Amino acid sequence: MEQSYIQITIDGREIMAKEGQSIVEAARDHGVVIPTLCDFKSLPPAGTCRVCMVQIGGRIVPGCTTPVSFGMVILNDTDDLRNLRKGLIEMLFVEGNHMCPTCEKSGNCELQNLAYQYGMLVPRFPFLFPHRKIESHLPHLLIEHNRCIQCLRCVRGVKAKDGHEIFGFIQRGINIRVTIDSTDPDALTEETAQKAMDICPVGALIKKKTGFKLPIGKRRYDVNGNG
Amino acid sequence: MARKITIDPVTRVEGHGKVTIQLDDQDRVIQTRLHIVEFRGFERFVQGRPYWEAPVLVQRLCGICPVSHHLCASKAMDVIVGVDSDQLTPTADKVRRLMHYGQVFQSHVLHFFYLASPDLLLGVDSDPVKRNIFGVMNTFPELAKRAVLMRKFGQEVIRLTAGKKIHGTGSIPGGVNKHLTVLEGNELLHGTSEFNVDLMIEWAQEGLDLFKSYHQKNRDFIDHFADFPSHYMSMVRKDGALDLYHGVLRMVDSNGDKLIDQVNYQDYADYFSEEVRSWTYMKFPFLKSKGKEHGWYRVGPLARLNTCDFIPTPIAQKEFEQYQAYTQGKPHGMSMHMHWARLIEVVHAAECMKELLSDPDLYEGELVRTGLRRAEGVGVIEAPRGTLFHHYQVNEQDLITMCNLIVSTTSNNEAMNRAVGWVADTQVSGRREIPEGVLNQVEVAIRAYDPCLSCATHAIGQMPLEISLYNSSHELLDRVVKN
Repeated sequence: MEQSYIQITIDGREIMAKEGQSIVEAARDHGVVIPTLCDFKSLPPAGTCRVCMVQIGGRIVPGCTTPVSFGMVILNDTDDLRNLRKGLIEMLFVEGNHMCPTCEKSGNCELQNLAYQYGMLVPRFPFLFPHRKIESHLPHLLIEHNRCIQCLRCVRGVKAKDGHEIFGFIQRGINIRVTIDSTDPDALTEETAQKAMDICPVGALIKKKTGFKLPIGKRRYDVNGNG
Repeated sequence: MARKITIDPVTRVEGHGKVTIQLDDQDRVIQTRLHIVEFRGFERFVQGRPYWEAPVLVQRLCGICPVSHHLCASKAMDVIVGVDSDQLTPTADKVRRLMHYGQVFQSHVLHFFYLASPDLLLGVDSDPVKRNIFGVMNTFPELAKRAVLMRKFGQEVIRLTAGKKIHGTGSIPGGVNKHLTVLEGNELLHGTSEFNVDLMIEWAQEGLDLFKSYHQKNRDFIDHFADFPSHYMSMVRKDGALDLYHGVLRMVDSNGDKLIDQVNYQDYADYFSEEVRSWTYMKFPFLKSKGKEHGWYRVGPLARLNTCDFIPTPIAQKEFEQYQAYTQGKPHGMSMHMHWARLIEVVHAAECMKELLSDPDLYEGELVRTGLRRAEGVGVIEAPRGTLFHHYQVNEQDLITMCNLIVSTTSNNEAMNRAVGWVADTQVSGRREIPEGVLNQVEVAIRAYDPCLSCATHAIGQMPLEISLYNSSHELLDRVVKN
């Protein structure tokens, strides 16, 4: 079936979006940057992080879960939205314990990169300093709960060979945390650990024993802050 | 019932020292103490972290010599991942050595030219408003410019090997994460007319000559200020050569006789212990066999040149021979000779950098090795300020469960207290008021040891320091505070 296109406008620029695409996907196809954290390549959208919030008319909506529609007029790069996104990024920082100076993902971290991009110096909110643990019982994977932003990318993107889920979430609200089915043989492999580390936007999932092998200067955001 | 709540220290106050001097009824000194009131807590909060984070985490102890902690933790973690530090690949060994000598070079240059030279070049009793690096810049602009460029050179070496000038990540358990490129090596070797390794060797020699010339004119001050005997400890290469990166432990007494030698530093706990005293957060390490009272020792450049048999680079070796001849081969106990020894090490570090930069292993070869995982590891390095120990235990889940750090300044704790005591005995005793010049002499005595409490605060010619003068009834007679 032939792909249909519809016209939308982002910050005054008219673009032809594929019908059924999300706003984020359409923007990405045309080189318009809408920041994301929970969105990842071909995974179905989750809408958990909210940093892709855009404005349509008087409404603020998440760009990753909102499909384009004909004639949609979208505001993306405005002072209000930048401030809103910056606030969301700050909230993610204060809700966890993000010690960038000693984090393996520093330079490769999408949250850190967004914080730089949005000029976050000191969060406007008080740090919560939650008591969170490190899970290190798996042979190849370390789960650093202090850094998890509950984006669900691991749950959606790292699965067992037969397609069933390995990662999941337990508890609710501010106590929600990622967990892994450590009885599943597929959860124990080095390959799974590498996949999990690669898909995690922050330093919550770390492949063990390989820390800091990628030198400064070769990390994703070292050269190009936009990744 | 009355209750007093004291918050001390208020926060992490890196670099804050306090000196107390107690006098009797005749204003004679009966007690002096250098209190280090900062509390860091690194040994505790590294617990529970994965072992590969340690070299990156623990280096945050310091902004001046982070490379020392970075490499020392890496050496301990080498052992944890089953590779002894002398089993690293040639590339890893040489990249780390280059990083280390770059660090020693810049740190020593920083200390001598930025922090210590104002006392020597402008005068211990000179106007305190001008007795700082800016005073040196105004009076000796060419010298100050060189100092900046020398430090820059060392920092560039660190950047190219560690990834960043401060708090890099180049050294990892079992090796390093990068080579140098040939282009980078050439920039350091040949660079520009004001930025190349040969020029650094030349300027290092001229810095040393500056000190020697000052020494000639001020023998009494340099040879007798805070001069006292002690034991001296450092790591040396197995054949007795000065080696700041790897080797065995050696300690000599004030006559130069060996108290320990060829000691594998994995066994340091069999030889050394630490005493805690209630009035300072800094511990007092001592050689167990000599006990708490007599087992204290000095570390750092003075100790290193007192313990090593020779220096394995030609220009520094020639200088070392002169240095040794000055005391007929006996150990130097003079605190101000620390500067002399430090400047010889600057020459040595520059020579080592040149040698390493010409080595092809720096530019290609295997970066990392691993072996059979172990539960415990000790790393030792000769940091700019002296012997640095890092000791870790790691559980089967790869998390650190124990960390013990004996930092260089700690080993010089007793010596610094004695140096302060020397100034108090000779300059303060019998006085009711403390002139500013005496206050600075206390600083000069402490500063000779280049302790972290001065350097890591980035204090420019000023160390936050408080001197309190008490009588025998513990009444405060006078207090002088410098911030």
